[in-house]
Amino acid sequence: MIRLRFSLALLAGGLVLLAALAIGAGVGETAIPPDVVLKAVANRLWVAGYPIDPIDEGVIWSYRLSRTLMAACCGAGLAVSGVVLQSLLRNPLADPYVMGISAGASTGAVAVALLGLGGGVVSMSAGALAGALLAFGFVILLALKAGRSPVMVVLAGVAGSQLFNAITSFVVARSANAEQARGILFWLLGNLSGVRWPDVGLALPVLLVGMALCLWHVRVLDAFLFGSSSAAALGVSVRRVWVTLIGASAVMTAVMVSMVGSIGFVGLVVPHAVRLVAGVSHGRLLPLSALCGAVFLIIADVVSRALITGQVVPIGVVTALVGAPVFALLLIRGRTA
Amino acid sequence: MLTAEHLGWGLRDRAILQDISLTVQAGEFVGLIGPNGSGKSSLLALLAGLRRPDHGTVRLDGTPLPAIPRRLLAQRLALVEQQAQTQERVTVRHVAGLGRTPHLGAFTPWSPQDTACVDQALAAVDLLDLADRDWSGLSGGERQRAHIARALAQQPELLLLDEPTNHLDIAHQLGLLDLVRQQGLTVVAALHDLNHAALFCDRIAVLHHGRLDAFGPPAEILTPDRLRRVFAVDAVVETDADGLCHIRYRVPRRPPMLAAAQKELARC
Repeated sequence: MIRLRFSLALLAGGLVLLAALAIGAGVGETAIPPDVVLKAVANRLWVAGYPIDPIDEGVIWSYRLSRTLMAACCGAGLAVSGVVLQSLLRNPLADPYVMGISAGASTGAVAVALLGLGGGVVSMSAGALAGALLAFGFVILLALKAGRSPVMVVLAGVAGSQLFNAITSFVVARSANAEQARGILFWLLGNLSGVRWPDVGLALPVLLVGMALCLWHVRVLDAFLFGSSSAAALGVSVRRVWVTLIGASAVMTAVMVSMVGSIGFVGLVVPHAVRLVAGVSHGRLLPLSALCGAVFLIIADVVSRALITGQVVPIGVVTALVGAPVFALLLIRGRTA
Repeated sequence: MLTAEHLGWGLRDRAILQDISLTVQAGEFVGLIGPNGSGKSSLLALLAGLRRPDHGTVRLDGTPLPAIPRRLLAQRLALVEQQAQTQERVTVRHVAGLGRTPHLGAFTPWSPQDTACVDQALAAVDLLDLADRDWSGLSGGERQRAHIARALAQQPELLLLDEPTNHLDIAHQLGLLDLVRQQGLTVVAALHDLNHAALFCDRIAVLHHGRLDAFGPPAEILTPDRLRRVFAVDAVVETDADGLCHIRYRVPRRPPMLAAAQKELARC
């Protein structure tokens, strides 16, 4: 019964995701109807030869579809990372953003773009990736040293985020001209405009591998319900699982964030919303969170493009506008529970 | 079945456990007693293989614990910790179902046998009626019983319990220890109540300042002299017709403070 309902939910989620992809590719400065979107995709994938406007086809294939797919990858990756971090760190407030990954990515990107770190060989994304992993490693080490308690984990995240944000601000204030500062700010708040197919070509495999690793461990994640020593007593090799899964989620988020900038709250809000509906079993929670995260970010991207005509609002602003109130609700709920 | 050889374990510069050797026979109910901070929980963690001892070895049927893969170990040995809590919204059945974890691979589907096993475990702790209850709505005792159901669902040969009767009313305390005894498992349980230890245990191990003070049948272990030395209480130990020990504690009739206060009152 439960299995049937879960399969239906998964199927429905998949359909919604496809619809969202079509909408994401259709909405923009020139609205393109869904049937044209489908025809354009068919033309490119199977050389279907539908007679449609080549400009429309170019816009859909080269800009919007890659961008929308990227949004889906990011949403799914961030949501899955959120689920994993919340379970392993046993803190409902843990997510990639809170854990300092985004702050580190910003610092890395800024260091490359403004300070010229890497001597022009290293791209901004590579810098962001390095920064993200560095910051996350710092936060996790700090949390482990501080005693692994759920409170310490979040405090370590706060400390790490503040530190790396401070470094970013310092670098921007010291070295950026007005033009650069504006560009950096846009990147900091999340920006999918520059996404092209090669980016998707990296993000999608990383997402798939990361998700496969997490799905492999769904039973193990369930066993962390009462903490890591409880999990160990249930036969889980805690250290190996920690390294594998936290590593996987760190790499997933770092890769996403390095390409599109820091997008907050997806990893926090989506898992909680899904948990309310689907329960705590990771076998259901993980795939559904991935789907919802993907759809959520596609919609957020569409909203960010449509909110003000002729202008793109950073997607991080949209997710934060939804995410911050939900975060607040969680805090209040956490107190009464 | 379970053997500890010269176990030593400490935190930084403080030794918590020193030179503990004991052997638990198959089918035995061993009680672990000792004052607060004497190292009962730490010893259980070492025996369960959750912590590596600094010195010595724990062996299960002759094999050192580190040589047994975690998952296989969890199929043979279950531990119920003190006060393991969660804030997630889970049902009693879900918690008990976690006990199947070591028996299920990454992609082994949940089978009817697993459900039957969980049902049986829940029935054993008298929680079948509450199986779909939310964790947050349970009393402390019900949570404890759910943890024990989880441990039973692991289908272990050996059950390690850390003060399993905490938070339980007296009927459930006795009921639970009786239930544990009836499972026919080998049990090592840290117990607070010395009378419970006397009633249920085949042998009792006494921990004092991190050392094994004594290990033997209740009647030999629970002597007024030892109770005074280890627990700092005055007690009379009586042995009934069945050979069971009963401990009666003696406290000063009227605490000196109270006597002084009463004298003061009388003067007014």
